[in-house]
Amino acid sequence: MNPTSPTTLKRVGDHMIVNLGPSHPSTHGTLRIILDLEGEFVAKATPEIGYLHRGVEKLGENLSYHQFIPLTDRLNYCSSIMNNVGYTLAVEKLLGIQDPPRSQVIRVLVSELARIGDHIVCVGINAVDIGAFTAFLYLFKERETIYDLFEMAAGQRLHTSFTRIGGLMRDLPEAFLPLLDQFLDSMPRTIDEMEKLLTRNPIWHDRTKGVGKITPEDAITWGYTGPCLRAAGVAQDLRKGQPYLGYETYDFDIPIGTSGDVYDRYLVRTEEMRQSLRIVEQCVQKLKELGPGPVLVDDYKIALPPKEKVYTRMESLIHHFKLVMHGMDTPVGEVYSATEAANGELGYYIVSDGGKSPYRIHVRPPCYPIFNSFNDQVKGTLIADAVAILGAMNVIAGELDR
Amino acid sequence: MIIERIEELLPNAILDRHDFRGDLTVVVDRSRLLEVTDLLFGDGFQMLLDITAVDFLNRDPRFDVVYHFLNLNNQDRLRVKVRVNAADAVPSLTSRFKCADWSEREVHDMFGLSFDGHPELKRLLMWEDFPGHPLRKDFPMDGGDIFCDDTGASYAGDAKSLQA
Repeated sequence: MNPTSPTTLKRVGDHMIVNLGPSHPSTHGTLRIILDLEGEFVAKATPEIGYLHRGVEKLGENLSYHQFIPLTDRLNYCSSIMNNVGYTLAVEKLLGIQDPPRSQVIRVLVSELARIGDHIVCVGINAVDIGAFTAFLYLFKERETIYDLFEMAAGQRLHTSFTRIGGLMRDLPEAFLPLLDQFLDSMPRTIDEMEKLLTRNPIWHDRTKGVGKITPEDAITWGYTGPCLRAAGVAQDLRKGQPYLGYETYDFDIPIGTSGDVYDRYLVRTEEMRQSLRIVEQCVQKLKELGPGPVLVDDYKIALPPKEKVYTRMESLIHHFKLVMHGMDTPVGEVYSATEAANGELGYYIVSDGGKSPYRIHVRPPCYPIFNSFNDQVKGTLIADAVAILGAMNVIAGELDR
Repeated sequence: MIIERIEELLPNAILDRHDFRGDLTVVVDRSRLLEVTDLLFGDGFQMLLDITAVDFLNRDPRFDVVYHFLNLNNQDRLRVKVRVNAADAVPSLTSRFKCADWSEREVHDMFGLSFDGHPELKRLLMWEDFPGHPLRKDFPMDGGDIFCDDTGASYAGDAKSLQA
């Protein structure tokens, strides 16, 4: 018998083999975990991934650089704008260009909003999985505002495709900043309310403290990045370590934990939400200082010319046609560009042969190595703890399987 | 800096090196990959971020296996590449880096390369009896529904012939 592929519940001696997923409410997407149970305890957990594999990397080899942007939305769909930003930064690194200052500030602004949104999902759903339902309701009200803001900026709530190579799709609309002010006003209160519900809650302590502990050495060898690594006590954040988009000019702190357990991951994420709010406030200030300006590079070999010019000028019409039909001219070479996404280091590895589409494009999803350690993390714990650990890892099937 | 150290301590391990947009890359002799990674680990490149591969269909050796390392202390990055053919086994890094487990399985799944010393080398994203290796350049991009195998209208027939 092959113990890793049970179709029904099976017994092997005293052990019982149970399927968790692929569509269990607490598996966060189509994940499947085969649990080998000894009573209530997990003897072995075998994750079976690939249920959401859409061949994004293969598709990318046949699409132009611009056409790949909508596919990045569908990697981590909880914070798709950060995937857009990460991808366009990688292509810009390949081309050796930089987007205009106003575009950089807006990119930071929407990325930090997306980080807050992602942490809301992670903390909120993790609490729901453990049995604390109310925090989720408080948080999701704020997440709704974040999606309203994204809708204003990009015209889409979830699959934003907001960035373009060399800048942004468009500038922020006028109504954006007033609504953002409201959000900046109410979000800190919501985080306080959530903390009142969870941080000192004895049941929350019982369910999260000491669950899923990991040492810094183990976290590094497993390839942990992002909040899970910082909860283990390693102060690694690309926004500080290898600043991009001018992060070095913002004032913010990197929270770190001590034990790497589910409780520390929760605390790190909570503090990161507050720090992201600080960055967003500074972005608003910077936008006011910068004033109006271009949000897309003025190079029609890379970015599409504005529609008025396409309709009225021959040159621009030709550029538009050439860019759509032939794509950009790219240098031959390979780049790896990484950004600090909500889950950790989101890397894009692009190999270019000078053609219109990448010769090879590879995504390094942050939750992939983290989920790889799942068996190590849950071995010997209770099933209920396995669910808590899975939630705190924030595994997003879209970016895991690509 | 780190490249000079590798050259000094492990002469002839580096076959080629280049630097594009600030990304340092070294191509390493396949048989000396473990020595090089041990040296890198000792020098602070303790995080293996990613393993992937690139298929250069008409080149010999055909594949590049690409490793991305990060030094957490000074934030340096290094890309290490090994050139192999489909029949060559790459030394597995699972004994050094735990995260090599799934990454190597994915490369095995998508490119059909094998890793010497991997404890459980089987497909990761695709299912066990999937025909062919999707990210190889000679694998068709499109060709119908894989589940229609028996109707003869799918690419499964073509893809099966790719399985060496």
